[in-house]
Amino acid sequence: MGAELKNYLHEQHYFRFRLGVAALVVFCLFALLAFRFSYLQIKQYNHYQTLAENNRISLVPIIPNRGLILDKNGVILAHNFFAYTLEITPAKVKNLEETIAEISSLVEISALDRKRFKKFREQSHNFESIPIRTHLNEIEAAKFAVNHYRFPGVEIKSRLFRHYPLGKLGSHMIGYIGRINDRDLKNLEESGDLSNYKGSDHIGKSGLEQYYEKQLHGTTGFQQVEIDADGHAVRVLSSTPPIPGDNIILAADSKLQEIAETAFGTHRGALVAINPKTGEVLSYVSQPTFDPNLFVDGIDSESWKALNESLDKPLINRPLRGVYPPGSTFKPFVAMAGLEAGKRAPPYSIHDPGFFTLPGKSHRYRDWKPSGHGTVDIQKAITISCDTFFYGLAMEMGIESLTSFVRHFGFGRKSGIDIDNVSGKSENGGLLPTPEWKQRRFKQPWFPGETVIVGIGQGYTLVTPLQLAQATAILANNGVAMKPRMVSQIESAQSGKKQMTPPVIQDRVELHPDNVEIVKRGMIDVTLPGGTAASVGANAGYSIAAKTGTAQVIGIKQNEKYNESGMNERHLDHALFIAYAPAEDPTIALAVIVENGRHGGSTAGPIARKVMDYYLLGKVPAVEAAKDNKQLTGNAATTATPEEELHD
Amino acid sequence: MISKLLQHLFKHIDAFLMACLFFALLTSLFVLYSASGQNLDRIYAQAVNMGVALSVLWVVANISPQKLERVALILYVLGVLLLIAVALFGSISHGARRWLNIGFTQIQPSELMRIAMPMMLAWFFASREGKPSAVNFIVAGLLLAVPVALIMKQPDLGTSLLIASSGFYVLFLAGLSWKFLLGAMVSLLGFMPIFWSMLHDYQRKRIEILFDPTQDPLGAGYHTIQAIIAIGSGGATGKGWLNGTQTQLDFLPERTTDFIFAVFSEEFGFLGNMLLLTLFSIIIMRGLMIASQAQSTFSRLLAGSITLNFFSYAFVNMGMVSGILPVVGVPLPLISYGGTSLVTLCLGFGILMSIHTHKNLVAN
Repeated sequence: MGAELKNYLHEQHYFRFRLGVAALVVFCLFALLAFRFSYLQIKQYNHYQTLAENNRISLVPIIPNRGLILDKNGVILAHNFFAYTLEITPAKVKNLEETIAEISSLVEISALDRKRFKKFREQSHNFESIPIRTHLNEIEAAKFAVNHYRFPGVEIKSRLFRHYPLGKLGSHMIGYIGRINDRDLKNLEESGDLSNYKGSDHIGKSGLEQYYEKQLHGTTGFQQVEIDADGHAVRVLSSTPPIPGDNIILAADSKLQEIAETAFGTHRGALVAINPKTGEVLSYVSQPTFDPNLFVDGIDSESWKALNESLDKPLINRPLRGVYPPGSTFKPFVAMAGLEAGKRAPPYSIHDPGFFTLPGKSHRYRDWKPSGHGTVDIQKAITISCDTFFYGLAMEMGIESLTSFVRHFGFGRKSGIDIDNVSGKSENGGLLPTPEWKQRRFKQPWFPGETVIVGIGQGYTLVTPLQLAQATAILANNGVAMKPRMVSQIESAQSGKKQMTPPVIQDRVELHPDNVEIVKRGMIDVTLPGGTAASVGANAGYSIAAKTGTAQVIGIKQNEKYNESGMNERHLDHALFIAYAPAEDPTIALAVIVENGRHGGSTAGPIARKVMDYYLLGKVPAVEAAKDNKQLTGNAATTATPEEELHD
Repeated sequence: MISKLLQHLFKHIDAFLMACLFFALLTSLFVLYSASGQNLDRIYAQAVNMGVALSVLWVVANISPQKLERVALILYVLGVLLLIAVALFGSISHGARRWLNIGFTQIQPSELMRIAMPMMLAWFFASREGKPSAVNFIVAGLLLAVPVALIMKQPDLGTSLLIASSGFYVLFLAGLSWKFLLGAMVSLLGFMPIFWSMLHDYQRKRIEILFDPTQDPLGAGYHTIQAIIAIGSGGATGKGWLNGTQTQLDFLPERTTDFIFAVFSEEFGFLGNMLLLTLFSIIIMRGLMIASQAQSTFSRLLAGSITLNFFSYAFVNMGMVSGILPVVGVPLPLISYGGTSLVTLCLGFGILMSIHTHKNLVAN
């Protein structure tokens, strides 16, 4: 007992000693603060007093001009112009509703403006100024300026606006900018760019505007200004000029883009054209499209609803994020895989009875031509799109070796194109199915029949239009994959110096020249009489290598016939078409998908032809033809043969 | 009759400490009125916060330290679980994941840790009968490191360091050996250059700006530069209430919360600062006195840590606003606008009062 008490007292004693040490530290640190205060407030008082008197010296950021986006010929796709805005800082206004009502007696404020203001107000802090009206004209601006004194907390500002002069044209490629939100702020903070955005209200949200944000934005400058007691600038003391953003120059041509988009008429779909030697994207179509100007200062909810809920899905970036079964356009790549694996090399041929069966099974995998194609070798199989031939080839190769080979053509992986939105909706990598994938996804084993239909690009296989175009370009370039890119040059706005963005080799697959020749020959014959797209090649003046395809939107049961006339328009097959030209020395490779367009040769093919005609020959399609491509002209070049109408 | 009732009601309230708190809170309302641009709504809102916080104080003061000791472990485990939940499902605001949505409201588990951490460690040493063995200190160090690491990951460097220090105070008061302290300090200093060499250029730049705000006058340095001008121009006696030009002309950012001390300094000057330092010192001395008179290991360690933790908040805030410490986003205790930190603070003072007023019962 005694020892315990002694121990307790000892402990308490030691504890008090430690407390004393802590108290000493507290005292010393508080003394340090007191010393600091005396230094600032007594010794340096005059210095800080002067600074505070003149504080009135304020740093004002100068926002750099955002870089332009130009097409290859210098046509402006995105630029800036000066305009006035009326902005309110909610924290400085006593009664917001009343103030807005009073302002509207001077300057027109629409219901739309009010809604937008309300939306911004919910998203921003009280001390941020929020636009109530944008694009004021000179008279409106002057009218408000005279009455400015009545509205504390309301400012008229002149600032740059982003504008896309071509409107809907190429909007999925260009993208748009929008007001900086919390997520953007967070990203800027993480990348350490936040202070460069002092004063900036906008940031690239999608497309090129987003991908090239760093280059387009430029470096913010600042001015030291002397301000009076009311906070108005009186005199500029010093100034660091901003560095304007770089201009980016595309490989695409806006005229070609217009021809391509017009060629789609009222159809939904996508087109990507690539220069196979450089990877430059020549045209990038996603139909229907939208007007990016709507987004710049916040889209109103009605327009947003109309765009977002439209059945045509205009906001989806189809080349990048739309996935489709490749259908028969997959066959040249399957053929390439077979030949490189040493299978089906000519003169090997089959006799096609119009269907394929697995050994010991009764299920018939039907050919599109019920009566069969007769004797078919691999080159002819491509030309006439013989399903039976590819069913058997896929079966013999096996799913693993087939998918691992065609992966070299960019299927099943992202292309890394320079409009991919890394932080938001990113590129879709498509799907090359494998047994492991199926086990993971559906917890089911792989069935042999699933391999059979991959041979004709059906089943689980999914590609994006961009992947399909890239695969065609890789084939055209004899197995060398160039990384696809939109921007060919970056121009410094200050020095005017242009810097080329160099071509990048992404992948290279060794292909035997003889095999390449067989596949290419088969594809060239597609656009010659007897091929599935003979009409597309007619009277072209240059040789086209191509492949047609259709992708089923809804499944058709065994022993059921595909009845086109009785179907809902949105359940009709998708039409696909891939091509490159001139076949001997390709400078353009493309893929076209027309949603519910039925046959590759008759709807997608003519669009491709118009694009190639302009790109290679400078030929502009006739106006009537451009107006409605559904109603085909009498021109032999675009009239489908009955054979093509049957299938791809 | 009424006086008896009142006496019973306030049996567990330490009048001296309470008077100091009242004085500080009153000051807070005056400074806030000036800082918010004479916005009475702000004053009402903060008065409500104070009402809530003082109620919490009263409730906690009426709970005996023995009961607190029994819930220490539960609170700690709950705190760590909530921090893990934040790391997994927390909502992100301003680039950090600090808040947890629990249906009807959002909570910030790191606030709970400010109290749970010293309670846990005090309980741990009390249950080990205060023996300063090396194993006990290693276990305590681990108990300290887990929540600190979780909060640092949010990321919330300021709070994690302050919680680490609240735990460290317990270790120190429990008798952590001087040799170890010295060794830790030396190795920390020795590790600095290695740590520095491992950083990227942009990371070094950020740290440099933290210590020298003039390098980035538009960005991170702006707050500090303006705050120092405000303090310095306050002079010996200040510019007078509602007359601070820096404050009233919008030069001072965050002036109702983290930078409220600059407002106070500008308007009340060096004299005001000294009075505020004195008030804080009196509160701290009272707290240390309560700790030294406490009768159980748990009570004395907890009281000491809570008091010293109050000191660290005050010191770090005034240090950062006056430019001798980097800006880490810590409010000035009792003065800054905001409910959460005030409630936590009053919870701590409630514990102090409980320890002080339940003392005689223990003796019996």
